[in-house]
Amino acid sequence: MTLELASSQETVAPRAESPLAVRGMTVSYGQKPAVFSVDMTVEPGKMTAIIGPNGAGKSTLLKAALGILTPLAGTATVYGKPVEQQRHRIAYVPQRASVDWDFPTRVVDVVLMGLYPQLGLLGRIRPVHRARAADCLARVGMEDFATRQIGQLSGGQQQRVFLARALAQDADLYLLDEPFAGVDAATEKAIIAVLKSLRDAGKTVVAVHHDLSTVPEYFDNVFLINTHRVAEGRVEEVFQAHHLQDAYGGRLAGAQMDALQLS
Amino acid sequence: MSGSEFVPLSLVPMLIGIFVAVACALPGNFLVLRRQALIGDAISHVVLPGIVVAFLLTGMVTTWPMLLGAAGASIIAVLAIEGVRRLGKIESGAAMGVIFTAMFAGGVLLLEQSDTSNVHLDVEHALYGNLESLIWLDATGWASLLDPEALATIPVELPRMAVTLLFVALFTALFWRPLKISTFDEGFARTIGLKTGPLGLGLVIVAAIAAVAAFDAVGSIIVIAMFICPPAAARMMTNRLEHQIAWSVLFATLAAVVGYVLAGYGPLWIGMRDSVSAAGMIATVSGVILGFAAVFGPHRHRGAAAPAA
Repeated sequence: MTLELASSQETVAPRAESPLAVRGMTVSYGQKPAVFSVDMTVEPGKMTAIIGPNGAGKSTLLKAALGILTPLAGTATVYGKPVEQQRHRIAYVPQRASVDWDFPTRVVDVVLMGLYPQLGLLGRIRPVHRARAADCLARVGMEDFATRQIGQLSGGQQQRVFLARALAQDADLYLLDEPFAGVDAATEKAIIAVLKSLRDAGKTVVAVHHDLSTVPEYFDNVFLINTHRVAEGRVEEVFQAHHLQDAYGGRLAGAQMDALQLS
Repeated sequence: MSGSEFVPLSLVPMLIGIFVAVACALPGNFLVLRRQALIGDAISHVVLPGIVVAFLLTGMVTTWPMLLGAAGASIIAVLAIEGVRRLGKIESGAAMGVIFTAMFAGGVLLLEQSDTSNVHLDVEHALYGNLESLIWLDATGWASLLDPEALATIPVELPRMAVTLLFVALFTALFWRPLKISTFDEGFARTIGLKTGPLGLGLVIVAAIAAVAAFDAVGSIIVIAMFICPPAAARMMTNRLEHQIAWSVLFATLAAVVGYVLAGYGPLWIGMRDSVSAAGMIATVSGVILGFAAVFGPHRHRGAAAPAA
């Protein structure tokens, strides 16, 4: 608690503006912490990649910040207020593998789930809602699949449906967990185009990312994590060999490092 | 069969069978999709010791003490399952298996040791209930349905099950969207502010209410079957949850009606003299429906048809 208080006092100003500010976040699944005392301050209107080795706590950090997991300690604020009060401004895209795609529902029904905060328990789905769902599907190039059962889609198509659901939420902050995992090249291009259009419209995008080679091309900012925060900032400043070796603990071979166009 | 025979003897048990089947199948749809189908099995077993203890305390087979005993046993079981799961660090299916078999066995032992010879409380009753005995003696025909005097003597299990079904249906309708969203994608559900923990607990409690209310009339066999068989069969008929619910209600009703008729008249048709347990036959029919759905259901093969990107 003391740690949390101390850090929140010294960073009041950036927290208030930040779309997502995390302080002292600590999460444990057992004896060993998965995320330990992590601070993160996301810059508004930018695309930020959360990168780090497998098991570094990238997804865990996002889930704890959103309240999907209960942290041992730490706080998260969204545009300066507690997450609970800002849910309408957040759109979260979970890992595709985290859900059962055999679930009996259609593509359009998944996108309509993004409109639940508007519809409520019993609100009727009106043509305006259907039009919105269709529009979001069109933005990810899935308009022809609206009435397909979700289990009949390829991995890339499923990921696009998830993105369409997030678009339907019309949020200010988009948080994506490994949006490019196991998707085809066409889907990756389509997704990054949508994310960049969101950023260009003033939205903030944060994505857990694992492909180091595309970081400079896709993202503005980088957050490096390996249980602890390693580094945070602009790609050109932070995406450097020594930070990466810190985060990956020497697991990156020299050849891999050379292949990355490090600044 | 004429109304004067059907109404007093078969109408009430058949309706109770339908109400029980549908009341269990509705939450069963979500339990099956959440891979929690075993919960229904667990609840329907653990109510036995609760009912026996209630009987031992009151000395009577009366509704409210038994329902309270059953509810108490369900709560103890849910806590014990959670305790075993956490302390033993084992998966919940194994914890459920340990707790519900142990509690059911304890109930059987209690029942054997206590003097229940003069009441209709025994292991067979716990398993199969006494659906056939719920007859409406004062009814003389269809007209009795409009006769307040005759209606007053209708077996109490019928209105009790009707109210239970109404409650289960209302819960399903009201929380339809949260249930659907959180069953499909719990993480997303939490980020849009749905309270997935209380919602999941509510679903289990509603299932427990259906199981406990059904237990006295029809026993645990039918409850277990109806939580799983109609929803599982319905899943193979459609790829939409809305339609799956409708199919499960249809299958549950079909199993109740066909099972009841087969139990009462089937053995006579093949030259045997006695009828067989209606609850057992209803459960069997629901299993047969599941078998047919598995062989002929249009959506029994899934995943294989996924096209390449």
